[in-house]
Amino acid sequence: MKLDRLAVTIDACAKTYPDGTKGLLPTSLQIEPGEVLALLGPSGCGKTTLLRIIAGLETADTGGRIFFGDQDVTYRPVQDRRIGMVFQHYALFPQMTVVENIGYGLKISRTNDQERSKIVGELIDLVRLNGLEKKRPSELSGGQRQRVALARAVAVSPRVLLLDEPLTALDAKLKESVRDELAELLRRLHITTIHVTHDQQEAMAIADRLAVMRTGQIVQVGDAEQLYRAPQHAFVASFLGRVNRIERSLTDTAQSAITIGGVKLACPAYLGDKILLRPEDICLDRENRSEMKGVILQRNFLGDRVHLRVQVADQPVLLVDVQSDCPAMVGNEVALIINPEKMMSGKEVV
Amino acid sequence: MLFARQKNSTRKSKPSYVLFLLTTIVTIFMLVPMLLSITAGLVNSYSKGLSSGLTSKWLEQVWAGYGATVGWSLAIAVSCVIGNLLIGLPCAYGLARTRSSWARSFEELLTLPVAIPGLATGLALILSYGQFRDFRQSFLFILVGHMVFTLPFMVRGLSAALQRRELIALEEAASTLGANFMQRLLGILIPAILPAIIASSLMVVTLSIGEFNLTWMLHTPMTRTLPVGLADSYASMRIEVGSAYTLVFFIVVLPLLWTLQAVGNLMQKKHET
Repeated sequence: MKLDRLAVTIDACAKTYPDGTKGLLPTSLQIEPGEVLALLGPSGCGKTTLLRIIAGLETADTGGRIFFGDQDVTYRPVQDRRIGMVFQHYALFPQMTVVENIGYGLKISRTNDQERSKIVGELIDLVRLNGLEKKRPSELSGGQRQRVALARAVAVSPRVLLLDEPLTALDAKLKESVRDELAELLRRLHITTIHVTHDQQEAMAIADRLAVMRTGQIVQVGDAEQLYRAPQHAFVASFLGRVNRIERSLTDTAQSAITIGGVKLACPAYLGDKILLRPEDICLDRENRSEMKGVILQRNFLGDRVHLRVQVADQPVLLVDVQSDCPAMVGNEVALIINPEKMMSGKEVV
Repeated sequence: MLFARQKNSTRKSKPSYVLFLLTTIVTIFMLVPMLLSITAGLVNSYSKGLSSGLTSKWLEQVWAGYGATVGWSLAIAVSCVIGNLLIGLPCAYGLARTRSSWARSFEELLTLPVAIPGLATGLALILSYGQFRDFRQSFLFILVGHMVFTLPFMVRGLSAALQRRELIALEEAASTLGANFMQRLLGILIPAILPAIIASSLMVVTLSIGEFNLTWMLHTPMTRTLPVGLADSYASMRIEVGSAYTLVFFIVVLPLLWTLQAVGNLMQKKHET
C-alpha cells in the first residue's frame, strides 16, 4: 500500500461563527511531509476547528488558505481533498461489518473487488483485527473500534491523515496501550498526520512536533522536549506539566539572582521577575548540606513517585517531585538543591 | 452503581400489586368494548347474544358490500408512506441540517394540519382543488388529504433521527472517505435511520388507515375507505353488520401493524451501536 507524503500549509486561516464568535484567530502553520503534528490545547481553544478547516468540514474566513503540497485545496469540498480522518467517537458505520467499514472509501472510489479485498486484508493484518472481519461495530471493544477507524481512514491512501481526539473514548488503562500502538503505527505508515488532543502525554507520545493552542491561536510550536524544557510562554509550561511559580524582587532581578529559602541563587535577568520551576528539578539533599531549608507540609505517595509540598522562606509553597523511596515525612525539615539552569521564564508572551 | 443495580433488580422482582391491579382494570376496561363489538359481528342476533348461534354471514355481507374499501385503504396507506418518504425525507434532512431559526418556525407550521380539525383541512382542500373534477372524484384526492395530515409525523420522526450527533459524524466520516451527497444519503443515512423510517411509516400507516374526519369530507360514493364504509354501515345497517365490519378492520390492520413493528424491531436490533 502506497501512501503519499505531502506538506500541509495553513496560511492565515481564521474562523468566525455566524453569531460573531471567533472560533479561530488568523493562524499559519507548516506541517512537513510525513510529519506527525499534534494540535494541543484545552477545550475550546480552536484545535478541532482548525482540524475541521483542514479537512474541509468547516470553511475558513475569507483570506485563509490551505495547501496540500503545492495544491490549493481551500475551496475543495471535503470529498475531493483525499484525506483520512479518525473521529472522536470513531463514527463507524453501524450497519456495516469491519471489512465493509474499512473498504467503504475504496468502494466509493470504485476500486475493483480484488484490489479492495487485498488492501482491506493488508490493513486488517496491520491493525491486528484478524478474526473480527465479519463483526459489526457494536460487537467490538473500544480499542478494536479505534483500530477499525484508523484502518478505514488509511485505506483510501489519504494525502493527509487527521485524528480528532482519537483516544478520548477509551478508558485510562486502555488509552495508554492504544496510544503506544497508534504512535508505532503512524511511524510505520510515515504519513503526514495532524492529531488533535487535549492530553499532553498523548501528544508527546505520538507527535513529532506539538503546536500548543490557547483561545483560538497557536502559542508555540516545537518538539515535546523543547516545549517542556524551554517554553516561551507560561501557559505552555503549565499545560505540558506541573510547574512551581516563583517570583523575585527588582533588586534580585537587577543582580541576576533569586532568593529561595534564604539562599541566593544565580538566575539570569532576562528570565524576568516571574520564574517557573518544574517539581522534578528540585532535589532533596540527603546529606543535608544545602543551606536552602524547607519544611514538608504534605506528602503524596503516587506509587513510582512521591510529591512533597515544602514550605520555604521567601517563596510560595514548592511542589517537589522525588523518587518513591524518599523517607522524608510531613513536618520534617529538608535541605533542597535547585539547579538555576533549570529555571524558566514565567513571562506571558502573548 | 452496584447498589443501584441491586435496588433496581429488587424493584423488578417485586412489582407493585396496586399498579398491577390498576393495569388489569384499565386493560379489561379497554378490551371489553372491543370483544363485545367483535362478538356482535359473529352472532346471529346481537339482542339474543351467543345463544342465537355463531355465523359468518355478516362478515360475508360486509365483504360483498365493502370489500373494495379494504384494498383502497391499504393502497392509500402504502402510497401515503411512499409519498411522505419522498417528500418528508428531503424536508427532514433540510430541517435537521439548517441552523437558522426559520427552520424551527417552518417545523411548527408543518404541524398545523395535526392541530386543525380534519374537517377544516378537508374543506380547505375541496375549496382549493374541488373544481378539478377528475382529481376530486379520484382516490388521489383522499391520498393528498392523508399526506397533508400525516406528513408532519413523518418529518418530525425523521428530522429527530437525522439531528442525532452521531449521525452527523457518520455523514462527515463518509464525506471524508470521498462519498458525495447521494452516496451518503443512500449508503449511510438511510440505513442508519431505517428504524426511524420504519417507526414513522408505521405511524403514517396507522393514521392513514384509521383516518375518518378528513376522509369523510373528501370522499365520494365511489371513493370510500375502510373508516368511511364503517361509518356508513353503522348508520344504515344492522348492528351485527357494523360489528362485523369492525372485525374486518381488526383482521386487516393488526397483522399489518404487527409485521411493521417486527420489521422495526429487527432493524433496531441490527443497527444498535
